[in-house]
Amino acid sequence: MSRANAYFALPLAALVALVALLIWLKPFDALAPGAPPVEALAFESVRLEPGMFRAKVRVDGSGPVSIAQVQVDGAYRTFTQSPPGPLGRLSSAELAIPYPWVDGETHVIVALTSTGAAFEHSIDVAQTTPDVFGPPARMLLLVGLLLGLAPVAIGLMSFPALRQLGREGTGFILAITVGLLVYLLIDTLGEGLEAAEGVLERFHASTLVWVVAIVTAAGLIGIGRRGDKPPEGLKLAGFIALGIGLHNLGEGLVVGAAFATGETALAAFLVIGFIIHNVTEGFGIAAPLTREQPTLINFISLALLAGLPALLGVFLGAQVVNPLWTAICFGIGAGAIAQVVIEITALLVRQNGTAKLAGTPVLGGVVTGLLVMYVTALLV
Amino acid sequence: MLDWLQRKLSRRQGLKSAGQLGVFGAIGAAAGIVTPASAANAKMAKGHAGHHRGENRTVGRVDHKRNGFDPHAILTDWDRGTLSTDDQGRRVRSFEISAIDKEIEIAPGLFFPAWTYNGRVPGPTLRANEGEHIRVTFRNAGSHPHSIHFHGIHSASMDGITGAGMVNPGDEFTYEFPAKPFGCHLYHCHAIPLKRHIHKGLYGAIIIDPDPELHPEHRDVALSRQLGSEENKHWQEMVMVMNGFDTNFDDENEVYAANSIAFAYMLDPIKIDPDRPVRIYLVNVTEFDPINSFHLHANFFDYFDHGTTLEPTLKTVDTVMLCQAQRGIIEFSFKDYEPGRYMFHAHQSEFAELGWMSFFKVEGS
Repeated sequence: MSRANAYFALPLAALVALVALLIWLKPFDALAPGAPPVEALAFESVRLEPGMFRAKVRVDGSGPVSIAQVQVDGAYRTFTQSPPGPLGRLSSAELAIPYPWVDGETHVIVALTSTGAAFEHSIDVAQTTPDVFGPPARMLLLVGLLLGLAPVAIGLMSFPALRQLGREGTGFILAITVGLLVYLLIDTLGEGLEAAEGVLERFHASTLVWVVAIVTAAGLIGIGRRGDKPPEGLKLAGFIALGIGLHNLGEGLVVGAAFATGETALAAFLVIGFIIHNVTEGFGIAAPLTREQPTLINFISLALLAGLPALLGVFLGAQVVNPLWTAICFGIGAGAIAQVVIEITALLVRQNGTAKLAGTPVLGGVVTGLLVMYVTALLV
Repeated sequence: MLDWLQRKLSRRQGLKSAGQLGVFGAIGAAAGIVTPASAANAKMAKGHAGHHRGENRTVGRVDHKRNGFDPHAILTDWDRGTLSTDDQGRRVRSFEISAIDKEIEIAPGLFFPAWTYNGRVPGPTLRANEGEHIRVTFRNAGSHPHSIHFHGIHSASMDGITGAGMVNPGDEFTYEFPAKPFGCHLYHCHAIPLKRHIHKGLYGAIIIDPDPELHPEHRDVALSRQLGSEENKHWQEMVMVMNGFDTNFDDENEVYAANSIAFAYMLDPIKIDPDRPVRIYLVNVTEFDPINSFHLHANFFDYFDHGTTLEPTLKTVDTVMLCQAQRGIIEFSFKDYEPGRYMFHAHQSEFAELGWMSFFKVEGS
């Protein structure tokens, strides 16, 4: 063993020894004599079938968690747990609870553990969870298309108009795009952090959203700048489309989940708002292309890249996704948006110099972008 | 537009499942009457056909042996204490009670860190006769100061409150008081904080049987109440302490029951001989909720509030409401009734569905 290797081995061996000692001697057990077990339980998803709730729960705690009884709407109900028995740390089980639930009404499920701790989950508006291949799925397909593809395509149609603008105008348009994207970045992070609240604490999901966002942004910047050339033109438009697409995947998850959790009225309203809102996204994708000669195929590809993930999101969301995955999806979306914000800003600097960044066209564009997004978001 | 799509969708679903109802559904479908309600009914019916509907009860069985008490035994296991005559010529009835910390299973798999009298919740049902002198030796084997506060007539020093019969862990105190008035009474710990000490399980019933010689105008009634008399043997007596358990300490009960175990008398109904009248000594010690109640199906009863009278205070009722610490005696008969299960429960549906739901099983005569 070389000397350098030995230097690394020393702290490693010390760490292993310390951990082994803690596991073997359990010195902290003396600090908590007879301490009551700490328990946590999260409802990751609840599927509604006629006359049946299927709840997927995941547990955490200082020891195995036993689900003793289940209440629905403040009444004890028979249920079956699979797999049965006490659940180890971070393991999950499905609770099948036959119940004559009422369409369109609110139901509350409570899982009681052996220690008497109660964990509650509310189904705000009960409605059958759509089958993957059933007629609701066809409707979800429509929703996904309306939500993702159509508005982006409409936004891209602004391309000929954008071309009429001069150098100053192009800068302004790019600045607007930055504003739009910054808005989406804030929105995406917020959604991710909200989804993270439904996850067991041990997963540190809210931190994970940030970590995933940073890793994604760093990764995409690295990929985008391979060959030391920062993305411009069609390549930049591609990255914007990817960022928006990943953001829309998250939005799709929310809309799909809204359908699945029965907030249909909410979901229907969401869709109309999202469509108007997302037209601005298409506009953002077109912005860096004004000095290029894109083909129709280019436009179709960009629209698909930005729009299709929404379709996937609606589909996945309707199948009641684990909130941890939802949070991770939003983290990825946020990272992808952060990357394009950075790259467009870099492009503006290259085109106009750093000083111009503080100029009226750029600042005005960013503010306009933010305001346009906020105002159209009021429709959501 | 999506609203419209949704409506269309649920309409179609309604029709589809209505079709599975056969003739009845077909009529509805043909008439084109598919209201949201009928769609929901159809859905429920589909559920019924498809799989088990589920029941309003707990899953599994409580291990009464591990608990050390059985809710069916508690119905009738009167603690008579020991009777002796002191040098003043008084008939002295002596009881021994210890406060013990104990984890009890109140619903299958659901454990509650209880404080108990003699290791059970409710504590022993003390039973004495009017005119006797009661002596209760109380030992505190628990981890907090406890007492026994008897609802009865006694001197200030016997009240079981702070400064009068409050017992520290490891200590002992003897409560002495006359057995009066006759009736169905309650005892409980009066340590502070009161709410916690009561709902943790420190309570029980004390029944004072009337002395027939002191009540010549209702001698037969008093005789029927006097445990062990020929008249009394004809009756089917039982005690029910209505209680609740707040397992997560949020000041709301997760479990309600008569005699602690959720649905105990629903899963194993109490057997009733239709030829003998029934008398229930009913006590309400439910914490957090201001009232509890008792409702009997298919029958009516007479009610003696606090049991301190020999004539009913309420006649021919099927529901009584009791505030915290209120108690009384319920008398009824299932004579000439069709054999079968007759329900009784709190008529707060919430309490009933959280465990305080029970059956009498009237046997063939």
